[in-house]
Amino acid sequence: MFYREAGQFQTNYVSDAAIFPLREDRIGLGAIILGAYCLAFLGNDFLLQAVLIPFLVFSLAAIGLNILTGYTGLLSLGTGAFMGVGAYACYKLTTLFPGVNIVVWILASGFFSAAVGVLFGLPSLRIKGFYLAVATLAAQFFLQWCFIRIPWLVNYNVSGAIETPLRTLFGIPIVGATATPQARYLVVLTIVVALTWFASNLVHGRIGRTWIAVRDMDLAAELMGIRLLQTKLLAFAVSSFYCGVAGALLVFLWYGSAENDVFDINQSFFILFMVIIGGLGSLIGSFFGAALIYIIPIALSFGLPLILSPFGISIGADTIEHLRFMIVGGLIIFFLIVEPHGLARLWQIAKQKLRVWPYPY
Amino acid sequence: MDILFKIFIEPFIFMAEAPDLLVQTLWEGFVSGALYALIALGFVLIFKASGVFNFAQGIMVVFAALILVGLYEKGVPAYLALLLAVAAMFVLAVAVERVVLRPLVNQPDIILFMATFGLTYFLIGLGELIFGGSPREMITGPLYLPQGTTELEMFGGVVRLQHLDMAAAVIVAVMIGVLALLFSKTRIGRALRAVADSHKAALSVGITLNQIWVIVWFAAGIVALVAGIMWGARSGVSFALQVIALKALPVLILGGFTSIPGAIIGGLIIGVGEKLGEFYWGPLVGGGIETWLAYAIALLFLLYRPQGLFGEKIIERI
Repeated sequence: MFYREAGQFQTNYVSDAAIFPLREDRIGLGAIILGAYCLAFLGNDFLLQAVLIPFLVFSLAAIGLNILTGYTGLLSLGTGAFMGVGAYACYKLTTLFPGVNIVVWILASGFFSAAVGVLFGLPSLRIKGFYLAVATLAAQFFLQWCFIRIPWLVNYNVSGAIETPLRTLFGIPIVGATATPQARYLVVLTIVVALTWFASNLVHGRIGRTWIAVRDMDLAAELMGIRLLQTKLLAFAVSSFYCGVAGALLVFLWYGSAENDVFDINQSFFILFMVIIGGLGSLIGSFFGAALIYIIPIALSFGLPLILSPFGISIGADTIEHLRFMIVGGLIIFFLIVEPHGLARLWQIAKQKLRVWPYPY
Repeated sequence: MDILFKIFIEPFIFMAEAPDLLVQTLWEGFVSGALYALIALGFVLIFKASGVFNFAQGIMVVFAALILVGLYEKGVPAYLALLLAVAAMFVLAVAVERVVLRPLVNQPDIILFMATFGLTYFLIGLGELIFGGSPREMITGPLYLPQGTTELEMFGGVVRLQHLDMAAAVIVAVMIGVLALLFSKTRIGRALRAVADSHKAALSVGITLNQIWVIVWFAAGIVALVAGIMWGARSGVSFALQVIALKALPVLILGGFTSIPGAIIGGLIIGVGEKLGEFYWGPLVGGGIETWLAYAIALLFLLYRPQGLFGEKIIERI
């Protein structure tokens, strides 16, 4: 009823090539972003700190992996390590140059992660598929070993952990113990929105098309004049950049301090699950996937006791954790069977239904 | 220059000076290599017959060992528990075929690979839910696994050989021999090879694909059970064993995904290389390099032979 394209005509090529050709889509997107900013002032601290900030951070990491796996077709199991590179780089930078604004360093740490990503992406010209997935596992184990064994990375802290110092933006503390969840949330939201907008432009443009060509058939892409190595390495670089920024945000704006096991292989797997469940090759899917994977444990730990307590069954925290593993595993298989394109495809179908409503076709 | 000396000269001098330590290291590398090969074998079986890269092989190792130990702790006799663990692996094989493989037939490889990720997490959750997550001792005594050590005197030193390790080497050799016979001499083996060559051709001569899948997953389950018993006896049964299964991945890429001899030789190269590297070169960088050395070795090999040592060279056409 409200979601109609009738009466909207494209009269020039620019509007024809727009990412959101429908006026309703543009309004909807604007409303969502505006609503997200309003949440900073409406939501309570728990909602911001424990739900929205991690959701946004993981969405950013999922976008990073989606660029590599979903758009370029290179399977990576080393996401956690690339996030770690971003976090450790940001820590070194901000302690070496405390005068420079932390937001600059958070973004700059992405470049360190990108450089490391390119290094581990180099074998991708010769090896592909599962072999490459195992090669990225090498990155995961090697980098995590570096985080443990090189005390220089944490400024020789005896605890071996990153401890975030106090940093401000416009005089308001955003990093450190005194920062309010509102301030952190606004910074995370702004960075995620900006980077998502950038990624959207990237994947809809020439570069994104070369990535998709490589994904769909790399030999054909090469014959069409796409240089494989450059394209794949660029995908590794951009993907690692996003993961690195997500890692820096994770430690500096959410955890406050972190040890190396935050960036272990399970982190890599969970980001991969977000991408699979959300939808390979879809930016909005990254958000959906992150929401689902991240909300499952919260929903379980609050919902299950609520449902079961009237029946006199008490349920332990560890049981919930085990159920979470089973549910995530089951969901992955379920999604792969029922909808291999993930939640993003369901979203598309829902929009299509709305467009033709009340007629089914 | 000093660092070059430490890397390229000193370890070899050390090896020559204390050959007994070298033999000890080589033996330990050989045993863990044999066990890596056993885990890798499970992967190869499934990959050959169905083209599925089974990431869940590692958790199957833990799961099988956990069922065995868990049932024994509940009062089931050891050999009955072993039988029940085998039965559980069969149930798992049937369930995987019904629930995961059959609906996903004809999907791209990567989708099937990710489905085994889902299976991995499901099995982790299920195992912890039923048996709890705490580490356990493997029941070596009731299963009559040999214990104790033999001390051999050689080169003026003593080399210690655990009986358990010797038994592991023998069991792995027997396992591989049985599987080789199964593959080459029996009707089922011929069917498996046919399926590995071409699904469609195998179907058209009347080989039931679903049955074959159950058989290979069951065989991989038994291989996982044996690997779980042997690894469990060495380092306890816990979910940390998964890391060992991840070690089997470099073994695979070294040997090639489709080759049983590749899995064996790859396993031995990785096992020996890892132990030598950790013992002689590890201290230079602060130790603990075992976690990634296997991957580094495999990656170096891949740059020269992208299909692994014995893998099939894939010719792409357009």
